[in-house]
Amino acid sequence: MKGKKKSAVVRYNRWGYIFLIPFMVVFVVFQLIPLVTTVYNSFFENFMSGLKQVGPNFIGFKNYIQLLTQGDLLKYFLNTMIMWILGFVPQIILSLLLGSWFTNPQLKLKFQRFFKTVIYLPNLIMASAFAMLFFTLFAKTGPINSILVGMGLFKEPYDFMAHVGSVRGLVAFMNCLMWFGNTTILLMAGMMGISDSLYEAAEVDGATPTQIFWKVTIPLLKPIFIYVVITSLIGGLQMFDVPQILTNGTGDPMRSSMTLIMYLNKHLYSKNFGLAGALSVLLLVLTAILSAIVFRVTAKDEVK
Amino acid sequence: MKKRMMSLVSMALIGAMVLPNAAFAEEAADEGKVLNIQVWNEEFKSRITDHYPGYEAVDETHGKIGDVDVVWTITPSDDNAYQNNLDSILPGNVDAAADDKVDIFLIEADYALKYVDADVNVAMTMEDLGITDEDLGKQYTYTQDIVRDADGKLRASSWQACSAGLIYNREIAKEVLGTDDPDEVQEFVKDWDTYNETAAKMADAGYKMAATVNDTYRVYSNNVSAPWVQDGKVVLDDNIKKWVDDSKTAVDNNETTTAELWSDDWAKGFFPEGKVFCYFGPAWFFNFSMHGDEEGSVGHDGGWGLVTGPQGFYWGGTWICAAQGTDNPTLVKDIILTMTTDNDVMKEIAQADSDCVNNKEVLEELAADESGNLAILGGQNPYEMLAAGAELVDMSNTSPYDQGCNEEFQGAMKNYFDGNATYEEALAQFNTAIVEKYPELVTE
Amino acid sequence: MREEKTRNTVHARRAVAYIVLAIISFLCLFWFYVLFINATRSNGELGRGFTAIPSTHLIENLKNLMTGTLPVLRGLLNSLIVASLTAFLCTYFSTMTAYSIHAYDYAGRKVIFTFILTIMMIPTQVTALGFVKLVQGLHLEDNFIPLIVPSIAAPVTFFYLKQYMDSNLPGELIEAARIDGAGELRIFNTVALPLMRPAIAVQAIFTFVSSWNNYFTPSLILHADKSKTLPILIAQLRAADWLKFDMGQVYAMIAFSIFPVIIVYLVLSKNIVGGVSAGAVKG
Repeated sequence: MKGKKKSAVVRYNRWGYIFLIPFMVVFVVFQLIPLVTTVYNSFFENFMSGLKQVGPNFIGFKNYIQLLTQGDLLKYFLNTMIMWILGFVPQIILSLLLGSWFTNPQLKLKFQRFFKTVIYLPNLIMASAFAMLFFTLFAKTGPINSILVGMGLFKEPYDFMAHVGSVRGLVAFMNCLMWFGNTTILLMAGMMGISDSLYEAAEVDGATPTQIFWKVTIPLLKPIFIYVVITSLIGGLQMFDVPQILTNGTGDPMRSSMTLIMYLNKHLYSKNFGLAGALSVLLLVLTAILSAIVFRVTAKDEVK
Repeated sequence: MKKRMMSLVSMALIGAMVLPNAAFAEEAADEGKVLNIQVWNEEFKSRITDHYPGYEAVDETHGKIGDVDVVWTITPSDDNAYQNNLDSILPGNVDAAADDKVDIFLIEADYALKYVDADVNVAMTMEDLGITDEDLGKQYTYTQDIVRDADGKLRASSWQACSAGLIYNREIAKEVLGTDDPDEVQEFVKDWDTYNETAAKMADAGYKMAATVNDTYRVYSNNVSAPWVQDGKVVLDDNIKKWVDDSKTAVDNNETTTAELWSDDWAKGFFPEGKVFCYFGPAWFFNFSMHGDEEGSVGHDGGWGLVTGPQGFYWGGTWICAAQGTDNPTLVKDIILTMTTDNDVMKEIAQADSDCVNNKEVLEELAADESGNLAILGGQNPYEMLAAGAELVDMSNTSPYDQGCNEEFQGAMKNYFDGNATYEEALAQFNTAIVEKYPELVTE
Repeated sequence: MREEKTRNTVHARRAVAYIVLAIISFLCLFWFYVLFINATRSNGELGRGFTAIPSTHLIENLKNLMTGTLPVLRGLLNSLIVASLTAFLCTYFSTMTAYSIHAYDYAGRKVIFTFILTIMMIPTQVTALGFVKLVQGLHLEDNFIPLIVPSIAAPVTFFYLKQYMDSNLPGELIEAARIDGAGELRIFNTVALPLMRPAIAVQAIFTFVSSWNNYFTPSLILHADKSKTLPILIAQLRAADWLKFDMGQVYAMIAFSIFPVIIVYLVLSKNIVGGVSAGAVKG
């Protein structure tokens, strides 16, 4: 099969290169050049003191050493991962559940259009506006506290922004709410690609809905599923807007909700090109390693 | 003599008003045709539109003064975007094309020193612009100290003097302290020890002394004995440490909270059900921010009073800089003189926009007559007090790092007040944060 | 007997599904309700805390917004231009790139695929500094090009379309078109693109929305009022000086800027919800 395809297509193959041109040109100009600048900068002491430029002085790996030995890089990495997992686990479960409900011909849910439309809506709100709303609603004298105290659940208003668990929980909740619709749509598009006849065949064979889900849906969904996990992981590692606005950039209490990009942002803010560059390179390496692991684990049994 | 000269100046300006630009049209004939102004909000634009003689608005971001086109560039200060923008254009301003040159940019007290630095040299000295100390003689000293470079030369000028005081809820004062007379109330808050005793009384009666610890911070930090940064080292002043100790006690005793300024939790006390005894702020604060126009608010019923409080301080203010490299020096000079020294214009600003203007003579006038009485303060006239306060503000202990240090310090200490960290841990986080923000600094 | 049991479980499952969906719908829509309520309230009312009942200031807030100094309508137009062009270029060229990897077999194909996956991991913020310097160097500030054109190289969109192609664009179709004598570009435009429609619609929505809501990059590049997009205007409104500060207007502005995205979303969502028949070819 493979060989046949190859021989038939070979004379068209130069078009493969032609179709790559737009991507490559834009990539080189708008991403590669800035990226090279960033990597190059990471080996220099180079920052602004007020309006005065300090450096650039070549200092080798000193920026990297400083980040790895002095900074709380590991702490921020763990914060990021904790908040990502707290949000992603419910998100993916919810998405799989909704996706399988929507695509299940047996259930014949009514108002499907309405539900499918509604789940993506939270993503339309700007993350900053969303965080602003949460901040207001969960304020110490805000409506959520009034309700909780009114119902007798709490004796005193709870300061959501002053406790590690509640801040991380809110961040995770918001991320989950903003992205589960997106994930559901992706999974659904994949599920719809699975032919109805496969389901029907499984049903005729007497498979239960649970069996159909695990034996038919999930394996066929694998490419899209891998996509969802990897992009969400990358998105999670880049988590920024929500905790930034919710905690006013501090990542408090005691930086327990400070993410890697919030940390990077602190160096960008002070125009510390050297440290920011080094941190960016480390982030890149980290993301690559994690994605490779996910890819290996999920795609493992595909390589027969 | 000086008075007469001033009236001559204002007559000249009235002349300019009648015949727009006749005065500098000749002088400025060979100067630039575009006046570029960098700002972070609409404040200065509306002051110019309303009060600068001869300014005609064309649209939201364009205007005309004579045959010069005025172009406003507004960059919000969120995420430091305004300063980033200045930092990218000011250093190359001298070599920029004539119509692109920045002519005027505005700065705030918190980062003023960064832009008036003599080495950086992005703002012209008032001297080079042809503005003399005498021209600026009616301004308050503190508004000048903050924009003086290392050689003692002025590089900016402001139309506002933002000395501030303690604003108290009259009802609560009557109930707990037995009086709402400013002079008597001042006795209950005359220094920090008395203030803290009063705070305990307030807590017993079910009131918060202040809405948050961040309300008092500015008062302590304006009264330090040394700058935040000395020889590249961050040094914690005793008065700041005192804020930490006082605030921790106050939070633990339920006398105040750790809410952010401008947050909903903080603003609750503008209404009677918020149960907050006092706020700290200048004229613009009590005129606008306290929801005075809202039915049911404390301010609506004239329920506030103003006293000096434990220590004098100031809050806010905007300074005008002439950008180095401007091709409209004559016009820029005229704008600075008109907006920051002219009695008539400044009185107009004070009355129309509630700015406490940077002009001793105008404030004296306002203090003397009834027009200075404010309804929100139950008819009290604050100008004498504000004028006296402006004389007392001491800016000798500012450093270019104040904005970052103050923000990071309050942020870090919140963890200590909330019980999420010990003092030492919170201090360590401050030290980390400050070196991230200013890599050139070392900490104790 | 067995049938009845199945029907019962289906009933139970359906009931559970409806309950869960109702809760989720509430959680999704609640925020829009809060935004709407807040947009109808004055600054003073907002300062007093939250209520669940709309107030009477919606028209007033919108009027203040329109007659204020911010070029709101211009911002709306700018946002529409940037977001639509971004969505169009991004999906068209990402499909093209994915097609190149999927439909051809040439030296370095695998390497390029892995390479694109790797650059997917570069966070926007990482290259921000270099990006701004580049834009300044090219004199493209206050221009929409640096906001729109870079979306042509969108690894995330590419990856999704590539994954989708793997299961929904069989090589046989392309071969058949070639036998009919169609040119390669024509095959791409008339055979591949239409088959990819559901996936393209999905990515078009995602790209449109993220471009519409993007604050980070535009804030670095757009300074002149005539070129500002809505998120920058919102930030500017929030940074207004205290004499003009008006939370009522801020919420009205947020509500105002969400409205067009909702419409675009509703239009495009038809494609997602209805028109998927890709499985047909696969058989």
